[in-house]
Amino acid sequence: MTKSELIELLSERQRHLGPSDVEMAVKTILEQMSETLASNERIEVRGFGSFSLHYRPPRTGRNPKTGAAVELPGKYVPHFKPGKELRERVNNAAGVTTKG
Amino acid sequence: MALTKADMAQRLFEEVGLNKREAKDFVDAFYDVMREALEQGDGVKLSGFGNFDLREKNERPGRNPKTGEEIPISARRVVTFRPGLKLKARVEANAGSGQ
Repeated sequence: MTKSELIELLSERQRHLGPSDVEMAVKTILEQMSETLASNERIEVRGFGSFSLHYRPPRTGRNPKTGAAVELPGKYVPHFKPGKELRERVNNAAGVTTKG
Repeated sequence: MALTKADMAQRLFEEVGLNKREAKDFVDAFYDVMREALEQGDGVKLSGFGNFDLREKNERPGRNPKTGEEIPISARRVVTFRPGLKLKARVEANAGSGQ
């Protein structure tokens, strides 16, 4: 499912909202989630999961072309931990349905 | 304080002009629709944010950390998240500077 398919499905469910409101609402939610992670705050959605940042310590990498060593600084990367309900529903449905 | 669905509904109320009821219902529906796609075995790709993919895990040996007893961890389907380039870049640029 892509973002535009998500917008379509939400428009079908929220018929009182116009398609441009639905599109703007989806973009607003994703923008707020990105801002939150960029400011190193967590996101917690019960039944779906939580997002947080994980720290990757500095390491020595290599330029794959030249083989030269490069010092890579430590960085934060976004991490998602599925919630209990999502975990159970996805796993219980496994074997019953397969798509994509 | 972590961002919650209530904060997202508040933002939809302020910025998109949904009323409070519509805003709350919309945020619920947003996560319901994504969860249903994943439940049906369909990954979710949100450009700019990231992809929720499904992975099949084989059975593997595990251990009860308290008793040391060996118990197999059964085969399962799990959700993984791969952040998009744009989100990764924003996080790298900003996070960490605050702590």
